Amino acid sequence: MAQPSTIMGFVHRRRRGAELFLLILALAVGIGAYAAVGLGVDGEVPADLFGYGAWLAALLVAAHLVIRFAAPYADPVLLPVVAALNGLGLAVIHRIDLAKEAAGSPHAFAQQQLIWMTVGVALFVITLLAVRDHRVLQRFTYTSGLAAIVLLLLPLLPGIGRTIYGARIWIHVGPFSFQPGEVAKVLLVIAIAGYLVPHRDALALAGRRVLFVDLPRGRDLGPILVMWLISLGILVFQRDLGSSLLFFGLFLIMLYVATERPGWLVVGALLFVGGAFLAYFLFGHVRERFDIWLHPFDFYESGESFQPIEARFGLGWGGLVGRGFGNGDPNRVPFAESDFIISSIGEELGLTAVMAVLMMYGLIVERALRTAVICRDAFGKLVATGLGSAIALQVFVVVGGVTGLIPLTGLTTPFLSYGGSSLIANWVIIALLLRISDQARRPAPTISDDTTAISDDATQIVKIGERR
Amino acid sequence: MSELTLFLIKAGYLAILWIFVLSAISVIRSDMFGARVPEAARTGGGRAPKAPRQPKPGKRRSVPTHALVTEGSNVGERAELGPTPILIGRGSDAAIRLDDDYVSTRHARIAASGDQWFVEDLGSTNGTYVGTVRISQPTTIGLGTQVRVGKTIIELRK
Repeated sequence: MAQPSTIMGFVHRRRRGAELFLLILALAVGIGAYAAVGLGVDGEVPADLFGYGAWLAALLVAAHLVIRFAAPYADPVLLPVVAALNGLGLAVIHRIDLAKEAAGSPHAFAQQQLIWMTVGVALFVITLLAVRDHRVLQRFTYTSGLAAIVLLLLPLLPGIGRTIYGARIWIHVGPFSFQPGEVAKVLLVIAIAGYLVPHRDALALAGRRVLFVDLPRGRDLGPILVMWLISLGILVFQRDLGSSLLFFGLFLIMLYVATERPGWLVVGALLFVGGAFLAYFLFGHVRERFDIWLHPFDFYESGESFQPIEARFGLGWGGLVGRGFGNGDPNRVPFAESDFIISSIGEELGLTAVMAVLMMYGLIVERALRTAVICRDAFGKLVATGLGSAIALQVFVVVGGVTGLIPLTGLTTPFLSYGGSSLIANWVIIALLLRISDQARRPAPTISDDTTAISDDATQIVKIGERR
Repeated sequence: MSELTLFLIKAGYLAILWIFVLSAISVIRSDMFGARVPEAARTGGGRAPKAPRQPKPGKRRSVPTHALVTEGSNVGERAELGPTPILIGRGSDAAIRLDDDYVSTRHARIAASGDQWFVEDLGSTNGTYVGTVRISQPTTIGLGTQVRVGKTIIELRK
């Protein structure tokens, strides 16, 4: 491979072949799970396995080809990991559909999810093709901040907003329902990153020192603080605990990364403890969640802690290697297909699979942070960090909640859970990460014109360099 | 379906899952153990196998010593190349100060990395061009490469 040396003296390989290889394995994970569900539940390979597998393969190969064409230097691991998670999620949702069918209340969540995945991949492709350079997004700093707030406010509108299970985070337009908060998450990352890049020096250096922490001036921090407080306020008002936690952590991490001041983490931790105490005494539903977390069995009889307890029973019953598809009873947990999908996986495939799933999330986050490390521009670094931490926080909040590490707050498990808005938003996140990593790993263009001194072979290299 | 078959299906699937995870990790193992930098890149040249590269250092014993304005309103203005980056722009802190309306206050800079020089646009309004290409990231330049900012052309000279 002809590779002109870059400033760093090191050129990343494209590794598209490795991506294709991993993608085939990921397809084996997805289609294999589907076949295993059929074998375990009905005792035979599902009749539509070929059609299902072909559809999944077509989607992923299309995504792969678009990456080859539009982002040849992008990270090779992200797409396969996401494909494996999505495929596994589809199979587990299909498994729960079958259980519901057996219980007499048929649902077609898996089919719906496959449609959402198709839309997600389409948006992934559009994002990759439309955003040829992630730095363009910096122009939309305030636009996307405003859009995020508007999206968060949409569910509060009387006509289209709906309160479902105590949280007013849904909008219904005709037959479609959507959770705008998921999209707002992506927009807010762009807004925070776009704001912090030009202001981070002022934030880090100008200001007064109060109790070991350099507080920045109000005019530097003010705008972004207002934007963040508005969105946090809306979420608290909508009783969406999971998203509030996510947005809070996201902002802190990005502020810490941008300013390199560990003091922000101290301030954030104090604010969090204070806010949690306040919420505990002010809001009934927060207190309830907290009490259920501490004493789950006290609420089992009344049914309030039925869901988390059943999930933990399932995880315990699954043990190390699980019951096997079809031998568990994941349907006992309400909403096993969305918030509690990790307990279904733990029940039928055991701790071994749960660890594999967590490793996959770890890989996504590692690739995002790695992209941030090698990215050449500050905006790309911050966006990659923000998107990576958004996924990390979301997985922590939801898996921690299901396993009883932290109080339960409703959030979807990225790529696994049933839920269109979340799936679409996460595919767009991956597209943005791939775009940034493509920019970061692409060798810097070299343009040299002292052709007389260079042999023919070297001239060839220069031409390739120019074309890039 | 027998217990054993179901167990084998389950074990097989878990194996596939972990084979996938471990393969994904092995693809990125260079993150943990470091990447092998090709010989050519380490010595600072192109890729180039030994033989054709040999004459190159001899022929272009060309280490630029200064940047010179060759076209535009400030022809002849120059700045010595050193370890500190050279700022190009209309501002008073610029090493090469240009009276060119199409140049931003802090327009671009030229800096060294190893034995290579590169030019980087500092978010100028009208952009920085190397040859005819508008650059969007630090770009290596050699002796005599024409760097255009506004209506001015700057070159590295011996």
